Amino acid sequence: MPKLRIGSTERWLILVILAMVVGLGFTTTTFLTLSNIFDLLNTSAVNIIFGVGLLVVLIAGGIDISFTVAASVVQYLTALTVAQLGGGDWALGFALAAVFGLMLGCLNAFLIYQFRIVSIVVTIATYNLFFGGLMFFSGGVSIYDLPDWWTTRVVVFGTDMASGRAELTLPVLVMVVCVVATWLLLRRTTTGRQLYAMGDNPEGARRVGISIGAMHYLAFGWLGLMAGIAGLMQAHYAQEVVPNALYGRELDVLAAVVLGGARLGGGRGTILGVILGIILVAITQNGLNLLGISPYAFKMIVGAIILVAITLSSEGAGRLIGSWRTPAARRIA
Amino acid sequence: MTTQSVSPPRIGRSGVLADGDVLGLLGFLLVVLVLFSVMSPGFFSTSTFTSVAFQLPELGLLTLAMLMPIISGGFNLAITFTANLSGLAMAWVLQSYGGVDAGTGAFVLGVVAALATGALVGWLMGTIIAYTGAHPILVSLSMMIFVRGLGEFLTKGGDISGVPGFVQTIGQGTLLGIPVPLLVFAACVLIWNVLMSRTRLGFATRMIGSNIEATRYSGVPTKRMLTLVYTLSGLMCGIAGIVMLARFNSVRVGHGESYLLITVLACFLGRVDPFGGFGRVIPLTIALVILQVIASGLNQLGANQHLATALWGAFLLLIMMIRSIWSTRFLQTFFTRRG
Repeated sequence: MPKLRIGSTERWLILVILAMVVGLGFTTTTFLTLSNIFDLLNTSAVNIIFGVGLLVVLIAGGIDISFTVAASVVQYLTALTVAQLGGGDWALGFALAAVFGLMLGCLNAFLIYQFRIVSIVVTIATYNLFFGGLMFFSGGVSIYDLPDWWTTRVVVFGTDMASGRAELTLPVLVMVVCVVATWLLLRRTTTGRQLYAMGDNPEGARRVGISIGAMHYLAFGWLGLMAGIAGLMQAHYAQEVVPNALYGRELDVLAAVVLGGARLGGGRGTILGVILGIILVAITQNGLNLLGISPYAFKMIVGAIILVAITLSSEGAGRLIGSWRTPAARRIA
Repeated sequence: MTTQSVSPPRIGRSGVLADGDVLGLLGFLLVVLVLFSVMSPGFFSTSTFTSVAFQLPELGLLTLAMLMPIISGGFNLAITFTANLSGLAMAWVLQSYGGVDAGTGAFVLGVVAALATGALVGWLMGTIIAYTGAHPILVSLSMMIFVRGLGEFLTKGGDISGVPGFVQTIGQGTLLGIPVPLLVFAACVLIWNVLMSRTRLGFATRMIGSNIEATRYSGVPTKRMLTLVYTLSGLMCGIAGIVMLARFNSVRVGHGESYLLITVLACFLGRVDPFGGFGRVIPLTIALVILQVIASGLNQLGANQHLATALWGAFLLLIMMIRSIWSTRFLQTFFTRRG
């Protein structure tokens, strides 16, 4: 058994990230400070929670567009329920967010499995349903008076540095829990292996006795659960619930996750890849910011980087350059 | 206009244009029309027609741009921002030749610039998809992020406004009582229909969507065809960009962003296969009319735009569920009886 099982996509990403870290470390004075790195983690935490949830669905061979608006719905429902119950605490918050998220995820699974509709069609439909419904019933009104426990910053780890105070906050801790839980699910359980099997070959998986229905509910339910928790964390971070705050973020998360090596079509993808993909995008934005480049250029450069990355990383690029990677060399690598 | 062709359903079955899909959708359109006219007395009026006629082309042109990549088994998630960028190119040309006082020459140049921009974005995307084998969702997604960023960078988040009066006619005027954008849209539907049903490209597109490897082995230059599909998709975005600029007398990055997923929804409602290979322009056009009638009808009932969005999603789900129940249960009983 190899000591480190790191795929080729992940290795490429690590190399690129290292190059960027070194480059930014030399060109800026602030990048390689603990407070900046902790800030990077704090701001990426929500996306990583979304990302590991989405990974499970992608591995199972599905796709989901609706998870960020589902998270917005969860935020709203949780805020309203908490207000109804008069206060509450973190335990109640997590329980509510998890339950609401799970319900929305299972709704997607129900429609996809029970009616045999393609997941992208269902989730685009539920995307419009969730978002339109949320905007209609909320009237587009944000909720600012959230309970104190929800909005007060929770510092998990803090230290004073010469460059300023560096703090890791609650979203990072929650992110770690979500990442570990997803890793356990995918890598340490039979169910996880069944998810990979189904994504790789649904008919084959069905014939070896894997319950396709249960897998659908598990994958989309898991993403719903993660989306609910991510929504709770996003509201904690932003200290408000804005109905369209997460609108449009699903495509950014999807791009980052697939950049990390998850295959659209199922059967392949790693948690490390997801984290690296999201971190790469976050570092790019952070670095551009520190270099004093106009924020209007951010998305253009991020888009160009992803575009170049997929052009170079896909198998076809090798064919374009020539067959410099022989099959034997590939097996060793 | 569309209700009239519903009246002879029996003859329609043998026709080329009016088959099961078309009749089903026309029937659904009729149901929607009846439903709204019962709920709202003033539904059948000129204002309803006008609002549908002016709003349909914007969504419709973008949906046509989405159609071809979906039939080829891919996606083009960059359509709305490609349209924005094309509109931006045209606005920029008009601005540099006198803005509101720009002449016909500048207009022609602007149209060429818009179409070239759209086609260029599409070509680049198509080349990457065809020659690297990367997934179209991923390529078009990152192209979308890039094009949006480029647009925001060029406009600094603001908008460019002020086009000559005669250009506004394209978006707001009427010709013989018919809104000009609707005429543009009708022309594009016609071109797309001919392209998809009568040409080598249309055939190759459907073949590629069904099985790209088999298509390649049968001697179709799949890479060139795929590149062409995305280039044409970008070109259609260019037309959409021109119409949007002319209708609003300004261009802003992000305008029409909410249409992105609705174009996909409209394709699936119009019987386009999500996995590619199958799909036709005429059913898609009827599906677009249905969606727009629902939106305008709800608007007249005083419901807001977001409710319409939610109901569009619900309608799509409902139709997919009915189709699923119909095809599985119905066919099952059919086959078991026979066997």
